[in-house]
Formats: sequence, structure tokens, C-alpha cells
Amino acid sequence: MHIRLHTLNQSIRFILIQNRAGKTRLAKWYMQFDDDEKQKLIEEVHAVVTVRDAKHTNFVEFRNFKIIYRRYAGLYFCICVDVTDNNLAYLEGIHNFVEVLNEYFHNVCELDLVFNFYKVYTVVDEMFLAGEIRETSQTKVLKQLLMLQSLE
Amino acid sequence: MPAVSKGDGMRGLAVFISDIRNCKSKEAEIKRINKELANIRSKFKGDKALDGYSKKKYVCKLLFIFLLGHDIDFGHMEAVNLLSSNKYTEKQIGYLFISVLVNSNSELIRLINNAIKNDLSSRNPTFMCLALHCIANVGSREMAEAFAGEIPRILVAGDTMDSVKQSAALCLLRLYKASPDLVLMGEWTSRVVHLLNDQHMGVVTAAISLITCLSSKNPDEFKTCVSLAVSRLSRIVSSASTDLQDYTYYFVPAPWLSCKLLRLLQCYPPPEDGAVKGRLVECLETILNKAQEPPKSKKVQHSNAKNAILFEAISLIIHYDSEPNLLVRACNQLGQFLQHRETNLRYLALESMCTLASSEFSHEAVKTHIETVINALKTERDVSVRQRAADLLYAMCDRSNAKQIVAEMLSYLETADYSIREEMVLKVAILAEKYAVDYSWYVDTILNLIRIAGDYVSEEVWYRVIQIVINRDDVQGYAAKTVFEALQAPACHENMVKVGGYILGEFGNLIAGDPRSSPLVQFNLLHSKFHLCSVPTRALLLSAYIKFINLFPETKATIQEVLRSDSQIRNSDVELQQRAVEYLKLSSIASTDVLATVLEEMPPFPERESSILAKLKKKKGPGAVSVELEDGKERGELNGGGDRGGDAAIAASNASTPSPSADLLGLRSAAPVSGTAPSAGSLLVDVFSEAGPAASSAGVNDDGFLSSAPPSAASEDPAPPLPESDELLNKFVCKNNGVLFENQLLQIGIKSEYRQNLGRMYLFYGNKTSVQFVSFSTIVSCPGELQSQLNVQTKTVEPLVEGGAQVQQVINIECLTDFIDAPLLNIKFRYGGALQNISLKLPVTINKFFQPTEMAAADFFQRWKQLSQPQQEAQKIFKASHGMDTEVLKAKLLGLGTALLENVDPNPENYVCAGVIQTKAQQVGCLLRLEPNAQAQMYRLTLRSSKDTVSQRVCDLLAEQF
Repeated sequence: MHIRLHTLNQSIRFILIQNRAGKTRLAKWYMQFDDDEKQKLIEEVHAVVTVRDAKHTNFVEFRNFKIIYRRYAGLYFCICVDVTDNNLAYLEGIHNFVEVLNEYFHNVCELDLVFNFYKVYTVVDEMFLAGEIRETSQTKVLKQLLMLQSLE
Repeated sequence: MPAVSKGDGMRGLAVFISDIRNCKSKEAEIKRINKELANIRSKFKGDKALDGYSKKKYVCKLLFIFLLGHDIDFGHMEAVNLLSSNKYTEKQIGYLFISVLVNSNSELIRLINNAIKNDLSSRNPTFMCLALHCIANVGSREMAEAFAGEIPRILVAGDTMDSVKQSAALCLLRLYKASPDLVLMGEWTSRVVHLLNDQHMGVVTAAISLITCLSSKNPDEFKTCVSLAVSRLSRIVSSASTDLQDYTYYFVPAPWLSCKLLRLLQCYPPPEDGAVKGRLVECLETILNKAQEPPKSKKVQHSNAKNAILFEAISLIIHYDSEPNLLVRACNQLGQFLQHRETNLRYLALESMCTLASSEFSHEAVKTHIETVINALKTERDVSVRQRAADLLYAMCDRSNAKQIVAEMLSYLETADYSIREEMVLKVAILAEKYAVDYSWYVDTILNLIRIAGDYVSEEVWYRVIQIVINRDDVQGYAAKTVFEALQAPACHENMVKVGGYILGEFGNLIAGDPRSSPLVQFNLLHSKFHLCSVPTRALLLSAYIKFINLFPETKATIQEVLRSDSQIRNSDVELQQRAVEYLKLSSIASTDVLATVLEEMPPFPERESSILAKLKKKKGPGAVSVELEDGKERGELNGGGDRGGDAAIAASNASTPSPSADLLGLRSAAPVSGTAPSAGSLLVDVFSEAGPAASSAGVNDDGFLSSAPPSAASEDPAPPLPESDELLNKFVCKNNGVLFENQLLQIGIKSEYRQNLGRMYLFYGNKTSVQFVSFSTIVSCPGELQSQLNVQTKTVEPLVEGGAQVQQVINIECLTDFIDAPLLNIKFRYGGALQNISLKLPVTINKFFQPTEMAAADFFQRWKQLSQPQQEAQKIFKASHGMDTEVLKAKLLGLGTALLENVDPNPENYVCAGVIQTKAQQVGCLLRLEPNAQAQMYRLTLRSSKDTVSQRVCDLLAEQF
């Protein structure tokens, strides 16, 4: 019998969206880090992810965790999870999120994330909360976002 | 669906962001930001009350500035004001600002909590969700205290909207993880389990994360979730690809929920109820069957979602480890993936198979894929995939395929990536030992390992080969022959020289019959490497030479000649010099009988777990603590092993021959290198209990005690401290005893003991020459500020120090208040007419006055938080200048004088310590956190104390220790 104890207790540590130059377009933290630490993590993630090519896996070991990432045009979407977490589920979690952004911003581009950074946080919170997947239905998420959009 | 326009709603924000983007330089950006900050500040301070829209806009700009990486020190109040707006957009910006820029400013926390409370009771689902998201994002203890009671009620209330339930479930999860003591189980817990039955799939998706976490902590209380999860899973798995509408993702029904359900089941053993178990097995079979069906879409999203479920199901099958049929099917499925064109799938299959290999039911099935895996090791482009292949080969290795696997790994090592070489070396070494049928194969393998990847062969590996050779007499001759041959290579690795030196020193006689490896040839071969080797290797070779003298009397003259040469007997390295002198002496005065006894073959090592295995466990993570300890012990033994025969006997044989550096102070046995205070301290306890009262009454001036005596003997000014005196000081931060200074004439040793704010130090001045020192005098002084911070009293020493003699001096120290500089010790004496004038720093550092403080995690973090003002914290990030061995780190932290607190930091890699610095004026509580990053070979050290100078000083001192 394989016993898992600590491993089930935390999934997403952070979500990062970075462009190829390393500029952060979204940083969502689910663990306590101080500002220096965050900056360091951001740089490290950029360093490990950007050297990989399309033939590589979408997973990289990262400190005691792993990064599941996917590149969309010039943007890297990265999720840092526990080493025992389900790689493909988070990989598709990223894609699901990107499809929602694409629908919400009508063909999303990097600039949408820059100018509407405060709305991107809302989208994230609808889909991921407390480091867990909150909602996976694109229809439900978009319906909710449109409702919020209509509010003053 | 309308797209969101740029910066919609807040034109000023959009303009500002555009301006920033148009800045050509960092300076221009900073200038623009400062202008904006000034503008916002004046708006916030202005007489005119701002409307909600403006406030929102400015707070949002501040947030943007913060996210660019600039500090924001105002606007918190305005953000809090936004929370009580009744407009969603204003509230949202307020909450966002709080979530991103939270700090534990108690004033604000109260106001924030108040606003959250209002929103939670507003019955407006949008507002409730905003409030819940804020709690979930911040998750502070204060929030847990305020809302841990309320949120479960919202979660299980019948009239709560679905979206609010989703947020409440995860919000509660966050609070439970952060402060489990504050989330009390109760009547709500059973109702939470039933959320698995909720008709809203989103609610189930969110709630199951909470249930999984609660179940892993309280499995019995949540047992009922098993059957509920199985039936939910069964419904999803058996549904058609379109049944679940919104929750179908690329023709796969509810992939994320399925994964979460399968993961929840991994908190439990297989269901006992036959019907439930049957249903679950059916589900798992269906999932495996679906993997064989033709894909419903060519899109990678489809196959990823499907395979996410498959891999999770396989994890559950492995977790149960009780269904041979499912295990073998899982293995076959993974076997197909090993050759899939998707790198991701090959990687995951290798990873998953690794765990299957350890199950007795599937081990054989895994082994059938050996060729594919070897191929992966050779051809995969992504190093992480090759790494998994190596892991899998290691996991599937057994007696039947060990030779093949070890050979493949060895050949891979020749070109392996640097990042994985060390681990590969360990694996090869372990497999070679574990599955060695004949030990000549083992010896060949390890020597090959050293040849191919010598730099990555750690001590453990070459110690182990020696241990095994010594314990197995059937392989000794072969080992001697092989290592002799290996040493013939023009460039051979230093580790090879070590192994060669040791083995030929023990068993060179077994091949000496062959004229090609006659004793003299062996010796010349070894000695040809001598000059290219580091000091420890040379030391080992010297021991091998003395063993040669015993094994082969005909080499005696040659070897004595070598020992007698200036480069040995006058070597600047004390250890080498000592060995050369002692071995030379031993070989010339001891009779052959004595020599034979002293230099007898090493006795067999006691069998215990391989130290290499321990090392690999250590590398691979927790669960190896007990082994680690043993590792340390074994290392000591082996390390000393080379000398044990020699040194111990030598110590006995030449007890009457004083050697200049031989343990002048008897310190070597008293103080281990890492010198933790307790072990050495006990020696001094008795001395101290007598001296304690006297020393504690400050200002005592017995005849013998002289407070900072003025120089009497020498007229010359004290020399400035030696350039290396800071470095010498640093050596003693974490230890109390040892040799402070040594040159050709003089050795100064220290023993010291500290109690409360008092310390007593014994200085031992050893005259290393045969000529007496005259006008010997010492002065201890406290320069500048230190005079008012430390009270130091010394007893004078006799002005004559005979050749070879040692004098002792006692120094009493009282710490009045915290200090930074160290007292200076000036020593003057005449040697052969020449005045010697040496100044050093006495290793009295503020940490010597630490009293360790044990505390629980909660206390620690509470105090940590209390010390959150910037000036109370000192932090350093620095590169490791030594190895990052856990035990060594611990010893150093203990040596610092603080208590090392276990199980406090949530990250087990980190160290936290606590202590109180005792000074006469005050006590200064001090908390410490050390975060090693093995990958980057960096540390981050954080000190918090009630006094800024203390934080800084302790931080500076400790940062030099790692």
C-alpha cells in the first residue's frame, strides 16, 4: 500500500503569466512569499521555461515542486504544483483558462492582459481559488463574468 | 459576446498604462511613476472629497505601480474605504488591492474584517463571493479567527447560491490549511461530505478539494465519502460524452472532477464493502478500456483530458496494489505510451511505471519494456525524460537484468548531462553492489565509474568499494590487480589514486609476485601521482607508503628517502609533515614485529546499510533520517580507517616524543570540528560552578585580576590586527574551542564557556620552538565603543615561556550590552632577540550570550509577526561556500547557541531557531530562519530581534558560516 500523506494537501503554489522577455503579466500566489522571494521565483521560472523547446515536455521540475507550462504565442502560462499532482489535468487547466480569456477578451492578446490586469484577477478567481480548481465549465465562468461586467 | 475594451471604464488608468509602456528607459518610467504618485497623494490628501470612481481609479493605479515592482506606502486606507462601496467595480478594486498588498497592519485588518463581515451577511452573492475570495487569497490568522465559524454555515446553508458555495468551500480549505486549529469540526462536516452528491458539478468540483484535505487529516470522520465518491465517479465515467454538457471538455466528461474523485479515493484503502469495490473496479476498467478506444477528436486537448483521468486511475490502482489484473493492464497501457509521439506521454509513462516496478504484481510486466527504456535513455531529447528513464531502469533492476542495466547506465554516463551525473553515479554504485554476484564485476564497475565520472563519485562511493574489498577476501587480489592497471593511465582521477593507494597499501602483496607489479613498481606508480594530488590524498598515500614498508621490507630505503625529503618532512601542511615525521620515525625505530602489529591489515568493517544508499535516500527526500545519522558515523569510521592502524598505534608508540603540532592542547579529542557547545562544555562545568559567583560580581579585582592592564614590558605599540583575524574570528562563531592562531613559533588555543551574560575563556600559548620566549606579555583591549559594552578582565602571564612549554591565561568576560566589534588580543615576546608583535581578534561575539529558547510553531510565528518592523529584521542572501549537508548545518546552528526548532517551518528544508541574548542591560529575543536552496546553492538568512543592531550583527556573523 502506498500511503500519501502530505502530498495531497496543497496543489497550486502560484500561477504566472510571463512574456518571452520575462515581463510578468500575471502573478497569482497561493503561498506566503515575501516580495524578494516572489521576484526570485519569477526570474527562476522564466529561466527554466524559456530554454525549453516544443519537443520538450510541458513539465519542469522546479525546486521541490514542478512547473506545468504552456506557451501561447509570446506568453508562457505557468502553474507551479506539487510533484505528485496530475500534470495533464493542470496542463488542460491552463488551456481551459486560456480559452476563457480568449472568449472574454475576444481573441485575447498580451495587451489585453496589461490594460485589464484587474479583470484578469477576477477571471483567475472564478476558475482557481485557494490553489484549487474552482470551476471548470467555460459556459458558467463566462456567464458569471458577463454578469459582473454588466454591474456598475 | 461583447469583448472588453481596453481599460474600459477607467480612461485615466489606460492613459497612465500607455504612458508607462511608452517610457524609453527605466529612469523615464520611474519619473512618470513618481509624478503619478505625487498626483495621487495630493488627491488623497486634498480637501475635496473624492468620489468613488476617482478613488477606484487611483487605487487601481497604485496597484498597477506596485505590480510593476515599486513600493507603495499609502493608499491602503482609500482601498479599505472602497470595500464599503455598494458598487461592484469599486468594491472589486478595493478587495483586489487588499489581496495583493496585504500586510498585517492591525488597524486596517480590523476595518477590513468589518467590511468582509458586512459583505458576507449582505445576501448579495456577488459581494459574498468577493469577500470570500479575499479571505481565500489572504488567508491570515486574523481572518481565520474572525470567520472560521461563519464560513461553514454559509457553505452548508440550504439557501446559499451555488457560486457562493464553491467559494465558501475553497475559502474554508484555505483557512483550514493555514490555521487548522481554528476550523472546528462539527455538525457541518457530515453535510459537507454530502456535497459530493450536489447536482451542480461546480459545487462538487470545489467541495471535493476541501473534502480531500479534511479526509487526509481525519480519515475516519470522513469515511462515508468513499462510497459517495465511487458512485459519483461511476456516473461520470459511464456517461456519454455529451451528457454533462457544460462540464464536458473536448468530448471528455468532467475530466478535472474525475481526477479529483480518484485522488480523494487515494486517501483511503480499497473499499471494504464488496458492492462499492465492485463498482469502483468497474470504473477503473472502463477508464482503461476507454484508453484503447479510437479518439473522439484529434485535438490534443481531448487526449490530454482523457489521459489525465487515466494516469490518476493508474495512481489509484498502484495505491491499492491489490488488483494484479488492473496492475498488469496499467503496465501494458503505459508500455504503449512509452513509444508515443507525444513527449509528455512518454515522460509520464516512464514516471508512472517507476512506481509500478515496485509492486510485486507488476514488476515482471514492467521488466518486459527494458529495451524501450534503454532506448529512451539514449535517444530522448529532453533531459528530464532521460532522467525518468534512468529512474525507471533503476527501479526495474533485479538480479536478472542488473548487468545489462548497469552497463547501459555506465555507457550513458559518458555523455550524461552534468545535472544528473551525481545521481546516476550513486545509482550505478548501488545497483552494482546490490546485485553483485561476483565481486570482481562490482570492482570493475566502480573503477569504471571513477574513470568515467570521477568528479561525481562522492566519498561514500569510494569508501564503500574499499569497505567491500576489505570484507571480501575473494576479491582482494583482483581489486589490487585492477586498480594497479587503472593507475597506469596517464591521467587518472584523484579518486582512483585514493582507491589505489588504499588497496595497494593493504593488498599490494597479492600482486607483488608478478615482476610487472613488483613492490617497487607499485610504489613508483603511486608516487608518480603524489604531486598532482590534494592534501587529503597525499596524506592517504603517506599511510599507504608506511604500509608498504611493512608489506615489502625491500622498499624501506626508497620510502624512507621519500619521507625524509624536505618536501615531506618540512611540508607546510601540518598533517603531511606530521605523518612524514612519525612514519619515518616509526619505520626506523620499530622492530619488524612491532611494525607488523601496528600496520596490520585492516579488520573487516561491520556490515550495515550501504552509506551510498543512505546518500541517495537523502538526495531523494525524507524518510531517511535514521539512515543519515548512520551515514555520518560510518563516514567517520571509514575516513579515519586509513589512518586508524597507523595513527592510533603511533600515538601509543611515540607518546614520549613530542611532535610540534600533535594535539598540543588535547583539543582534538575534546572538540569535534563542528564543536557544538554542549559536548565540549561539559568539561568546563566544574571549573565554572566555582568561578561563576566570583565572575558574576562585576568589578571584582583580586590580586591576579587586572583590568585591561597597560603595557608594561614592551615599549612598542601593539601591532594592528592581522589581516586574517576576522577570518579567524569567524571560525569561532559556532564553536567555543579550537586553535585560534598558529605560526612557526606560537600556537594559541582556546577553550571557552558562556553562561548567561558571562563568559570565561582559557587561552593556551604554546611555544613550538625549543628556545624560550622572553618578555612574553599579552594585552586584551576593548577599542572604542566596546569599552562600555564588554567588561573584560585578564590575568597576567609569566614573562618566560620555555621551549616546548605551554602557558595558560584566563579571561573573564561580562557582556554589558550588545556589541559588534571584538576585543583585541595583543601578544608580544622576544624570540632569539627579535620582537614578535601579534594582534588578533578574540573570538567573543554577541551570539556567545545566547540562551536557547524552545517554542512551539504557533508561538514562533506569533513572535515572528510581532517583530515585523523593517528595522527589526536583517536578511542576507548568499552563495553557499561550503557543502549544504543537513547535519553540518544543524551542528552549526546549534553551535550558534540558539535552539533549533523542529517541525516549525512548513518547509522541512528550512531551519528556524530561537534564542535570547543575555546582556547585563537587557535581554534580546532573537528568531532566525535559514532557507537553503540546494539547487541554486544559495541561502537566505533572516534574523528578527527586538533590537536592530543585534539582528544585523547576528545575521552578518552567521552569513559567514555557510
